[in-house]
Amino acid sequence: MSSPTNDESPPRTTGIVERLVRDDLDRKRFLKMAGSAGAASFGAFVIAACGSSSKSASTASAPATTASTASSSSGDLAILNYALTLEYLETEFYGKVVASGLFSGKVGSLIKDFGRQEMTHVEALKGAVEKLGGTAATKPEGKFPISSASQVAELAYTVENLGASAYLGQAPHIQNAEVLASALAIHTVEARHAATLGTLVKKPVTPDGAFAVPADMSTVLAAVKPFLA
Amino acid sequence: MTVNELTSPDLAACEVHGMTRGSFILRGALAAGALYGTASVAPFVSQALAQSGGGDAEILNFALTLEYLEADFYTVKGKQVGLSGEAKAYARTFGAEEVAHVSALTAAIKALGATPVAKPTFVFPATSESSFLSLASVLENTGVGAYNGAAPSLQSKAVLASAGSIVQTEARHAAAIDLLIGMSPTPNQGFDRPFTKAEVLAKAGPLIK
Repeated sequence: MSSPTNDESPPRTTGIVERLVRDDLDRKRFLKMAGSAGAASFGAFVIAACGSSSKSASTASAPATTASTASSSSGDLAILNYALTLEYLETEFYGKVVASGLFSGKVGSLIKDFGRQEMTHVEALKGAVEKLGGTAATKPEGKFPISSASQVAELAYTVENLGASAYLGQAPHIQNAEVLASALAIHTVEARHAATLGTLVKKPVTPDGAFAVPADMSTVLAAVKPFLA
Repeated sequence: MTVNELTSPDLAACEVHGMTRGSFILRGALAAGALYGTASVAPFVSQALAQSGGGDAEILNFALTLEYLEADFYTVKGKQVGLSGEAKAYARTFGAEEVAHVSALTAAIKALGATPVAKPTFVFPATSESSFLSLASVLENTGVGAYNGAAPSLQSKAVLASAGSIVQTEARHAAAIDLLIGMSPTPNQGFDRPFTKAEVLAKAGPLIK
């Protein structure tokens, strides 16, 4: 658990989700794989890509690369690093919103609370990745339009709804019960953030009605792309 | 970030009295998790999970009872109390959503080849809009904890996906109600605390006739 083979790769290569977002070719390749072989293969692919600066990241090499971890862990690792990337972006977003000084009083303190909570998600997810013997994804560089309080609140509502749907989309793919319990504990907090922001911008608290709609990785990554610097 | 900034008094307040060992362990584990990340606490969480049991149909029937309760609360009690403004609007929207949850769970239980529990009779100690909203907060937050506590024990991934879809809605309800009554929309800070069955029963049991 303590020294998986992919530890030797340079840290830069761990931002695989980020690269998938940027690189259309990578994304298409990944989507084809994920679609045909499911989440477990996607995990193996990501692990292979993460640790492959010295050799080509072919899917064939994935099983060997992940030999030190159980195959179910590799799927969970990919999900955790995907969630981590989203939480990094949310944390950065709230940090910039707080710094902008656009919000004060009650709303300002809610925004600060939410930002702190996203930060605790980052810490927890990093810890979980390491516990599974993986390498935590690096923090991507975000870019967020910040002009007015109402525009920022709308954006926050969009971002939180996306985050909640992203966790919901992954929950059934998580193998490890502990990882699942943690993801669920975070999932409903994202939902609480989204609902709170909904009341601020006079939008529905439950935009999907009784049953929240999950989002798959490709949908979320495409939606996140504009927020990467 | 310092350790102090991550400390959550709500999470760290481990009250052993009247709680099962499972929930005590999980509560403590989550409190530690808020401090050190889930990695360091995973073994404790798994211990707590190991103490939960029951098949998918049993879990869904438990959830169905809670949804019956919430649906009745909004659609029947809400009308009796006489709500206005946002409280009235929430009761209408959320009530319809709880009714939809009842239908979905009933269908899911039948699909598993089991028999859905009958709707109990409920008694709600709410006489005013403010006591109605306070109870709504308790019920919605209990719902979130109940689903989050039971979900990892579900065997079927399809059932898990449905439970996840429902619990997200419960969390949204909880946040909106809490905001309306001047409480924090995130009472558990960054990590919603899963409830054990015993904890859920302690909250919901007294409302069942």
